[in-house]
Amino acid sequence: MLDLVLQALQTLFTPEHFMYLLLGVLLGLVIGIFPGLGGIAGLSLLLPFLYGMDEVSALATLIGLVAVIPTSATFTSVLMGIPGSSSSQATVLDGFALAKKGQASRALGAAFSSSLLGGLFGVIILTFFVQIARPMILLFGSAELFMLAIFGLSMVGSLSGKSLVKGVVACGFGILVGSIGAAPATGEFRMTFGINYLYDGLPLAVIALSIFAFPEISELFRKETAIAEETDMGKAGMLTGVKDLIKNKWLALRCAGIGTIVGAIPGMGGSVVDWIAYGHVVQTTKDKSQFGKGDIRGVIAPESANNAKEGGALMPTLLFGIPGSGSMAVFLGGMVLIGIEAGPSMVTKDIDLTYTIIWSLAIANVIGAGLSLFLAGPISKLTQIKFSLLAPFMIMVISFAAFQSTKDMMDLWMLLCFGLIGIFMKRFGWSRPAFLIGFVLATQAESYLNMSVQFYGWEMFWRPGVIIIMLLSLISVYYSRKGTVDENAELMKKEMPTELNRRPQLIFAGLILMFILVAIFDSWQQSFLGKVFTLSIAYAILPFAIWLIWIYLKGEATNAAIFDAEQVSEAGTFKAPWYEPILWIGGLYVVSLLTGFIPAIMLFFIAFFTLKANTNVWRTALLTAAGTAFLMLFGYFLNLEFPQGIFF
Amino acid sequence: MTRNQLTQILGLSALFLGTFFLSSTLQQAPEDLAEEIQSDNTTSYFEDKTIEWIIPFKEGGGGDTWARFNAPFFQRHIPGNPAIVVNNIPGGGSIKGANLFAERVKPDGLLILGTSGTTQMPYLLDDPRVRYDYKKYKPVMAYPTGGVAYVSPAIVSEELRQLKVTSVEEQLEKSVRIIQELIDGNIQLKYGSQGPTSLDLVTMFSFDLLNLNVQAVFGFRGRGAGRLAFERGEVKIDYQTSSAYLKNSIPLVENGEAIPLFSFGALDENGQLIRDESFANSPVGIIDGDTMKVNVPHFGEVYERLGNSLSGIEWDTWFAFMSAGFGGMKLLLTPKETPDEIIAEFHAGISAMKEDPEYQRNKFKALGTYKQVIGKPADKIFDLATNVGQAEKRYMKNWLKEKYDLNLMTTEKK
Repeated sequence: MLDLVLQALQTLFTPEHFMYLLLGVLLGLVIGIFPGLGGIAGLSLLLPFLYGMDEVSALATLIGLVAVIPTSATFTSVLMGIPGSSSSQATVLDGFALAKKGQASRALGAAFSSSLLGGLFGVIILTFFVQIARPMILLFGSAELFMLAIFGLSMVGSLSGKSLVKGVVACGFGILVGSIGAAPATGEFRMTFGINYLYDGLPLAVIALSIFAFPEISELFRKETAIAEETDMGKAGMLTGVKDLIKNKWLALRCAGIGTIVGAIPGMGGSVVDWIAYGHVVQTTKDKSQFGKGDIRGVIAPESANNAKEGGALMPTLLFGIPGSGSMAVFLGGMVLIGIEAGPSMVTKDIDLTYTIIWSLAIANVIGAGLSLFLAGPISKLTQIKFSLLAPFMIMVISFAAFQSTKDMMDLWMLLCFGLIGIFMKRFGWSRPAFLIGFVLATQAESYLNMSVQFYGWEMFWRPGVIIIMLLSLISVYYSRKGTVDENAELMKKEMPTELNRRPQLIFAGLILMFILVAIFDSWQQSFLGKVFTLSIAYAILPFAIWLIWIYLKGEATNAAIFDAEQVSEAGTFKAPWYEPILWIGGLYVVSLLTGFIPAIMLFFIAFFTLKANTNVWRTALLTAAGTAFLMLFGYFLNLEFPQGIFF
Repeated sequence: MTRNQLTQILGLSALFLGTFFLSSTLQQAPEDLAEEIQSDNTTSYFEDKTIEWIIPFKEGGGGDTWARFNAPFFQRHIPGNPAIVVNNIPGGGSIKGANLFAERVKPDGLLILGTSGTTQMPYLLDDPRVRYDYKKYKPVMAYPTGGVAYVSPAIVSEELRQLKVTSVEEQLEKSVRIIQELIDGNIQLKYGSQGPTSLDLVTMFSFDLLNLNVQAVFGFRGRGAGRLAFERGEVKIDYQTSSAYLKNSIPLVENGEAIPLFSFGALDENGQLIRDESFANSPVGIIDGDTMKVNVPHFGEVYERLGNSLSGIEWDTWFAFMSAGFGGMKLLLTPKETPDEIIAEFHAGISAMKEDPEYQRNKFKALGTYKQVIGKPADKIFDLATNVGQAEKRYMKNWLKEKYDLNLMTTEKK
């Protein structure tokens, strides 16, 4: 096998192959930085050109692109709190918190070196395992996949913050939102209320952006500071981040292992890998106090996992022709165009090609991480810019990212709607990671439960794999109660005014309760298989939701569940009312309906800069021109669509 | 807001919006374009133009690969070398992309739609979300495919497992005996399905007509997932479309892990069901070291041999939906009103494409053995694929309702 690796490396380092790899990496870096695009846009861009190229070069470019996306996605996660890709969400929690403390370059330094280590480690595991991967992957049947979803859900305990009640309800709420659309077992439509858009369910990108990025943007908008509230430049350069990784290398390696395994299991979907890694690091650390507020380990864990995941995802893609992740689906398409056939031959007659692919991935990771580290310092300076100058760009980016999900105006309305929910969840201390995990795992849990019951009956619980994973989940739940992540912890420690006005929190909780009731009512209309899962979840969390309302009505002021960031923060932190960001962004979308997105962005930029940033004519014009040009160029090259207006 | 700010906003807005709209109106109006072709003989119609090809599927899937394989050849060979841009609009099982096409298309040849068998099904079943009407379109190109159903040897008796065959006739005998065995033993088979209104319905209907006791387990995303479940042993019967069968299932057959039963067949020029030549040179199994390379019988033969007649409402329904789903697997559509001159440009390009040695070298890998056809053969395929008689429609809808007891949205369209 060593000879195969050496042979692969030899092919790799031929100037031609290397050049194409580099091309792919550069393309991947540029595209990966923009949230919502992911590998898909880049790969679609490349596909027409792949046709003419020879097999090895085309493959090199493809791999370069795919390898680097999780790395570059980290930029927006850390610097702006905008999850760059579906596997960079957990990074936002601590990464962005560090950026707010002025330690953005440290966070990036740690993130990129973790990505490097994670990616390389993943490849090493692959090298050893790829030849026996096939039978191993086949061991994971629907029962095991169901249990893995449960394992993912068990992480919620560690991520719920001080109030477990709210964490459970948040998770259940996420599961119910994730169930909107067609029931996996029967195809019946649940909670769609006749809205066409909802038939396919809510896209992950829209939910992730609205729940994580939107509230951050809204908060920064109202606080009117730069992203970096403090400047800690002295002790927090990029190299500090690298040193942090070295200090925590075993953690990174463990998480890389987790990432590779999760990536390799077809049907898991790579978007929970970062949460699993994050949950793992929380559970296995003694001092959890800083998680959610800028603990560098909260960056190292998910970042090593998500790069390793891409390597893992290569296995089902190459060996079975079943893409292990979204970007792998396009990679597979590219392979077909180049004329390479996935399947068992990849480990028999085409094994040398397989090793070339695997090690190209490794080298691409090295180059990608290296370049990113290099850029980390200068790009971090963005966090020091006055927010009012940066805000319109950020809003533009998340809007077009959300829009790429289904290229429907509803993407933007849902962004707004769930953005509002995200804002209130953050304000009232509801765990957003719990919500997201529920959302992501809902379909998986339900599909595989349905399948495994039909394939194995209740005997499924006696399968060895299932028992092992079940034990892991129980252990996870046990550890979770020993301490959790709480992003609002600092605020909570302050002296609470003894009489918080509980009305806003109560109303929000009441609305969530109503949603649960609607879900129950909707479920009654479905057939047995269509309703059993959602109804069970809804009934399970109903008592918790009711209990929460009871706490608001009758509980002591010191109860952990009672929290309102707005009232607890110092007076004068927020310089604008809570609805102002919504009005601006909503206004942008309404105008888009009339004039199309690009003219609407122009108007938005002009109005925003003039009114909120007080820039003079020249600066406003320049910034607006820059934003618009950028949007149009990107749209042209990547063939993106923008919302069309009635008039234009 | 101060007066200065207001002035600034209004002034800059006027400037930017003005520039934007000026540049958009400078682009030519589409109606003029169609006239060009008649008046100008020196430059081709498609010169300097871009053709947008809507694919209502995600990047990387079968439909997408078909389009992306063809696109560069179209660009190279259609007179005028138009830029071809593939636009993926997935959603609603391909309904969304097709709806968008219906909304935006004009008879100018600049927007084309590539449908798959999956797009035909909701249309034929009167799904209320469908807002596209095949009656308004005609095919520029069509491309059929087939499929093969196979079972796991675990459910086949030792005797039949070891039965060697030397001709397709003998394979037909073998398949019939296996099926009879399964029926007699009332063996319940599980099948990994994508959904009752997906292309799978043809397969499930086929199993039902054969009196096989097959329980569909839904929720599988793509046929690849179904195949994986078969490999894991969770599912004992599966089918794959031709290229997937050849690439991924034949290795299983060679390994003794799968036994092919029947293919869906192919349609000859008269629209009659015949054996599918794609499988003529593939193994149906290896016993005692002997590789048996015979063709796979088609569904019609197997059905008939089991004592059924190739007539009557059940057969007609099967045939109608099979040709819709598989016979018309890939259709490239344009509105009926598109002038013949424009269609001729497409056809010239496609004919040239087929002469291209690079196309010929690579087409087997991307397309299998089926030919992409134009002209009358394409029209025939289109006709079969998009027209299903009222009686057959009703029969299928009832079957779906009875079998799956679902709250499916099916309403009679005029």
